[in-house]
Amino acid sequence: MNLILTIAWTHVRYRARQTLVAILGVMTGVGFSIMMAAMMEGSQDDFIKTLVDALPHISVTDELRQPTRQPAEMTYAAAEFHGLTPEVRRPGIKNPFATIASLQTWVAGALTPSVQSKAVLRFAGRNLTVSIIGIDPRTEADVSNLATHMKLGTLKSLYRSSNAILLGDRLANKIGARVNSNITLASAEGATMSSTVVGTFHSGFRATDETTGYVLLKTAQILEKQTGIVNEIRVRTSDPMQARLISERIGEQTGYKSISWQEAQEDLLSAITLRNVLMYTIVGAILLVASFGTYNIISTITHEKTRDIAILKSLGFGTGPSGPFSSLRRCWSVSSAQPLAGCSAISSPGGWHRWNSRRRFPIITICRCSTRPSIICWRPASRCFRA
Amino acid sequence: MSPALIETRKVTKILGGIVPVTLVQDITLSIMPREFIAITGPSGSGKSSLLYLLGLLDLPTSGDVLIDGRSTTTMTEAERAEVRLSRLGFVFQFHFLLPEFSITENVALPMRALARLSPRAITARAEELLASLGLGDHRHKTPDQLSGGQRQRVAVARALANDPPVILADEPTGSLDSAATTQVFGILKELVAQRGKTVVAVTHDLNLASQMKRRIRIIDGRLAGDELIAASNAPS
Repeated sequence: MNLILTIAWTHVRYRARQTLVAILGVMTGVGFSIMMAAMMEGSQDDFIKTLVDALPHISVTDELRQPTRQPAEMTYAAAEFHGLTPEVRRPGIKNPFATIASLQTWVAGALTPSVQSKAVLRFAGRNLTVSIIGIDPRTEADVSNLATHMKLGTLKSLYRSSNAILLGDRLANKIGARVNSNITLASAEGATMSSTVVGTFHSGFRATDETTGYVLLKTAQILEKQTGIVNEIRVRTSDPMQARLISERIGEQTGYKSISWQEAQEDLLSAITLRNVLMYTIVGAILLVASFGTYNIISTITHEKTRDIAILKSLGFGTGPSGPFSSLRRCWSVSSAQPLAGCSAISSPGGWHRWNSRRRFPIITICRCSTRPSIICWRPASRCFRA
Repeated sequence: MSPALIETRKVTKILGGIVPVTLVQDITLSIMPREFIAITGPSGSGKSSLLYLLGLLDLPTSGDVLIDGRSTTTMTEAERAEVRLSRLGFVFQFHFLLPEFSITENVALPMRALARLSPRAITARAEELLASLGLGDHRHKTPDQLSGGQRQRVAVARALANDPPVILADEPTGSLDSAATTQVFGILKELVAQRGKTVVAVTHDLNLASQMKRRIRIIDGRLAGDELIAASNAPS
């Protein structure tokens, strides 16, 4: 074995307990920091999955971001209007299925058309204003968790009878409706229809569960009194964090208002940012404490070895590449063991799962943990050189 | 006359700081082969500093130290290390053996660093050196299993490992009792008389100094005397 490695190995072996304690100390610090990062990342994933995935990540509606430009605005640099009556637009997204087909070519995720409508629900002498959402049961499961939120019936139950409806469980309880109850829907457009309750769902959002009903696209279009109308395209992206960028691109492509979940829930995002700041603060504190411990150990060992290093120097060991600075070597050997030991110390139940599913934060942490000991070792090592 | 092994030319060493301290000043001397030299002087006179300059452990502020006629001030640290490894051997007041290694391994270290011999030959030579100094039975022991005199003998063996022509000793008997002092001093004498080495030893002990061939006296960092001692006391 190389002389320097022999000296280094002999020192490590001779001080087995000290070496073990040093490695254990750093291993614990690194392990906990990785575990913390994995846990926080995992908990953020769950948070997003629970709150964000419950609804589509992007909603494209038939509204325009900017009002229609008037001819005078296009002709003159400045124009002022008084008593302008905007042109009545035919509601809905133009060529919705062609638009969906076009978006499907580049959007990583799933898309589905839907119709948003308002109606008055009448049952047992009670009148309630509800949101009626027309969906396609075949693609709805790809963009929302409605299928998993069903308490009674399934999405396919909408095909069971004409004008079938799925009600939020709180809404159903409020009016006393049960599966197979016949209710009456009266839309704002003046359409009235008799509808059969074929199932109930529980999304966990009180407002949704109390005021929402799902029907087939065609049923909603009848309520809107406009055959073929689609006034919303709902998108679920493969990576929820990319929703904002995709949303902007959809808006540019279609000209319609496209809102990502980040835009819709900016408070939620700031909460996530706050969580990340907290996470890095805690992990940083753990690393700082571990760093001080490591520095102390290595500094003490180096101090103890200063005399030996001087002796080796007097014997003729140089400061060149073949130098004797076994303490430096030992620092590095301990350093290199740290990240490995730290990684193996990840013991949180969700740690490995998160590790496998999203490597970003753990990899950053490992890089940090790998470079940290080197930085810590540098000062004692440079003291060795000057010994 | 054979050329000097070590030569100093107006060597001065000043320690920097708010108040600079002159350790060694304008010392010029030559150390020839097979000499047995004592460097004496009161405490703080600069004896050890001179020895470190002779041994290339320290660089002079001005002047030059020549080893085998080569100037060392222009050498790189690696070249000076090479010279220390092959041409000089050190024995200190304390043994300064590495406690983690057996005494054989301690003696083998300089040889392994020089890497001129095979590992087997290195071990054989280390054991031979230890045996020649009466430590053959202790070769597997670690330094803390030996007495002070034995440890110092191991330090002498380590200094001899690469067969350097010059042994520099800084108070080699300073921490030993009288019996061990006699033993270690006897070994140093033998090195000159039988192995043809040059030994330069810093010592306070005038009795020991009087048994050496030449005495260099240092006072306040300056050369205060350089005299040959009567042959009756010195080794043949």
